[in-house]
Amino acid sequence: MNGWTALDQFLRTDPSDVGCAEAMELLHVYVHLVASGAPAADRYPGIAAHLRACGPCGQDFEGLLALVEDSGEQ
Amino acid sequence: MLLRAAQRETARRGPQLRITGKELDDLAYQAAADALVAITAKIGEFRGESRFTTWAYKFVIFEVSAKIGRHFWRNPERPVDNEDWDQLPDRFGFDPAQRAESRDMLIAVRDAVETELTSRQREVFVALAVNGMPLDALVIRLGSNRNAIYKTMFDARRKLRAALVAKGYLDEEGSRRS
Repeated sequence: MNGWTALDQFLRTDPSDVGCAEAMELLHVYVHLVASGAPAADRYPGIAAHLRACGPCGQDFEGLLALVEDSGEQ
Repeated sequence: MLLRAAQRETARRGPQLRITGKELDDLAYQAAADALVAITAKIGEFRGESRFTTWAYKFVIFEVSAKIGRHFWRNPERPVDNEDWDQLPDRFGFDPAQRAESRDMLIAVRDAVETELTSRQREVFVALAVNGMPLDALVIRLGSNRNAIYKTMFDARRKLRAALVAKGYLDEEGSRRS
């Protein structure tokens, strides 16, 4: 990937991105679906778009998923 | 249970944060305690859409994130008010040998930032993209919230890309420079 491509990817925005508030409101539901093997991104495409674009929310998603998977409760 | 979750999460994130030992342990204790307060206050909002523990762990994660954002200000890696524009080409992986390309990008982005963004958008873009400040740390500094800062940055990114497309630096569909 060259620098212009990386810049372009950084600047691109997805209109379906729901933003942090909605994504975090439903994070437990989204993680529950992912951990259960359900098609979470199909059911909540706006959350999936947000988690791809927002580093801090993506980090929260990974952390919660790791806790759920480690606890073996999925 | 909450403390164990907080310790796992701080241990997961610790290596990226240069926080270790007692400091990391304190952060986990504080996060677990504050998560318990949040869970107690919001327990009536639990609607059974996930396991209860998944819902409860969410507040642990949020508290760990918030405390890491605050921790940034106790030990910033570098001066936060200097605009470090010269680092921008590196952030996007421009080859140091391609000086002309890097210079063109820098001039184009700086010009678009100056002419297209509001002062708030400019402040947020410079902090996050130019200076590399973590978003949660900027939230603390501006007394704002993650959603508002993300939305400001989202709008800034959209406007900057439109400006760079209009000037022929980026293509509408692809990313190749014309």
